[in-house]
Amino acid sequence: MSAKIDRAFYDIGHLDNLAEADTPLHRLDPRAKLLTTAAFIVSVVSFGKYEIAGLLPFFLYPAVLIGLGNLPLGFLLRKLLIVSPFVIFIGIFNPWFDQVVVLQLGAVNITGGWISFISLLLRFTLTVGAALLLIASTGFATICMALDRLGTPRIFTVQLLLLYRYIFILIGEAIRMIRAHSLRSFDRRGKIAYQVFLQMLGNLLLRSIDRAQRIHMAMLSRAFTGEIKVVRQFNFAYREIFFLLGFSALFIILRVTEVTAFLGRFILTLWAGGG
Amino acid sequence: MSHHIVEAQDLIFNYPDQTPALAGVSFRISHGESVAVVGANGAGKSTLLLHMNGYLTPTAGRVRIGDFLLTKATVREIRRSVGMVFQDPDDQLFMATVYDDVAFGPLNLGHTIAEVESLVAGALETVGMGHLKDRPPHRLSTGQKRRVAIASVLSMSPDILVMDEPTSGLDPQARRQLINLLRGFHHSKIIATHDLDMVIDICERTIVMHDGRIRADGPTREIFTDSELLESCRLEKPLRMQDCPACGNAPADRPSTIG
Repeated sequence: MSAKIDRAFYDIGHLDNLAEADTPLHRLDPRAKLLTTAAFIVSVVSFGKYEIAGLLPFFLYPAVLIGLGNLPLGFLLRKLLIVSPFVIFIGIFNPWFDQVVVLQLGAVNITGGWISFISLLLRFTLTVGAALLLIASTGFATICMALDRLGTPRIFTVQLLLLYRYIFILIGEAIRMIRAHSLRSFDRRGKIAYQVFLQMLGNLLLRSIDRAQRIHMAMLSRAFTGEIKVVRQFNFAYREIFFLLGFSALFIILRVTEVTAFLGRFILTLWAGGG
Repeated sequence: MSHHIVEAQDLIFNYPDQTPALAGVSFRISHGESVAVVGANGAGKSTLLLHMNGYLTPTAGRVRIGDFLLTKATVREIRRSVGMVFQDPDDQLFMATVYDDVAFGPLNLGHTIAEVESLVAGALETVGMGHLKDRPPHRLSTGQKRRVAIASVLSMSPDILVMDEPTSGLDPQARRQLINLLRGFHHSKIIATHDLDMVIDICERTIVMHDGRIRADGPTREIFTDSELLESCRLEKPLRMQDCPACGNAPADRPSTIG
């Protein structure tokens, strides 16, 4: 069991690896990427619950980013799969609750429930995919700095930064604890009794408090006065403006016009014209 | 220019639950001296170090750093001049990247961006970690983390370095590299450690602590040859000064590197 946890843990670090690459996408000002991702997510979630066709063209954006940033599609898809159960459980009952037939393909009746379920999955893939792409092309810390520059209250960005810095250590400590437990639990085969679990959790909390105290000590030793200062030079140039405005305009067009239907008609006309 | 003197006078410190940790500690460390603080677990080494930059306030007694008596008014200046390197580098490196971490001190001290850049570059250069400046600390090896932790202190241009167990958890080569690095520094150094072989390499003077008091204070070589003293303080001779386990020869009979 703990081997699996171990692997998932090291996988998180791999996103940082990806963010260190040097491609046109990585070089973009993080603020541009952040705002574009936000525009993308808002556009995608603003569709009605039965929308499928309108969502499909939005896959263009992740496709372009993966190309520009030379990011590994397989790895990102695996990440999506890990999170997908949450969304599947949210949407899995739609087909039962919503049994109105909206489409008939030969003998198969397709209900509104299935359509909304598929729409939900598409939206999940697009939005979470976009967020993953943002992290893989920018790095979590840089995103926090960009948030800071965009006016997010300092207390939130610093919380995020410290959270990201210490989540690895916390997980590491938890993994070691679970390992120590499973090595001495014999017949229980790694299953943790409720009582023991509570104690482990308490132990982890105490360790964290101790560490927090030591970190504070380290901060004070370096002239900390209550405000965390970070320098980061960002450069919002024409490239960034082009990226942000170009994609945002595209999202708006894809959102308000029926591009799929238009393309379909266009192809049919061509077909008819050719035949 | 202040002389980088560290002076403790009759330091007494009790923890809030009245457990005595220091029971009257006095010493004076002069400019450029490297001093080891050795002793058993719980002898008071770490507590003593935490007094050197005002993190702990003594129950009684005084600490003087350079020209300043350690008080609330001077603590800021003292924290700049006393660089404290903690035992667990994960506690010390709390920022998201190596660069941000090394820049943390200088930024707090109010340096301009250009000054910060050059201080950070200089500090990272000194410890040989310049190429990793954009890395998040959780992706460094322990040896690298320790070097960055030292850089994060060097960037504040301290006069005095205070270190808690700098060689713990390092592989033999990383340990050796760290020792060489520390030998190259001209700061006054106070190093609390169990690594007595490192002490031979770095510190000409050793303070032995036992139960919150100083049991001995003198040249490292004299202290480490006093078996009785070492044993009564739960220590033993550095490996290098023990008889050879293979041939039984005393260190004096084989080519020595001590000194």
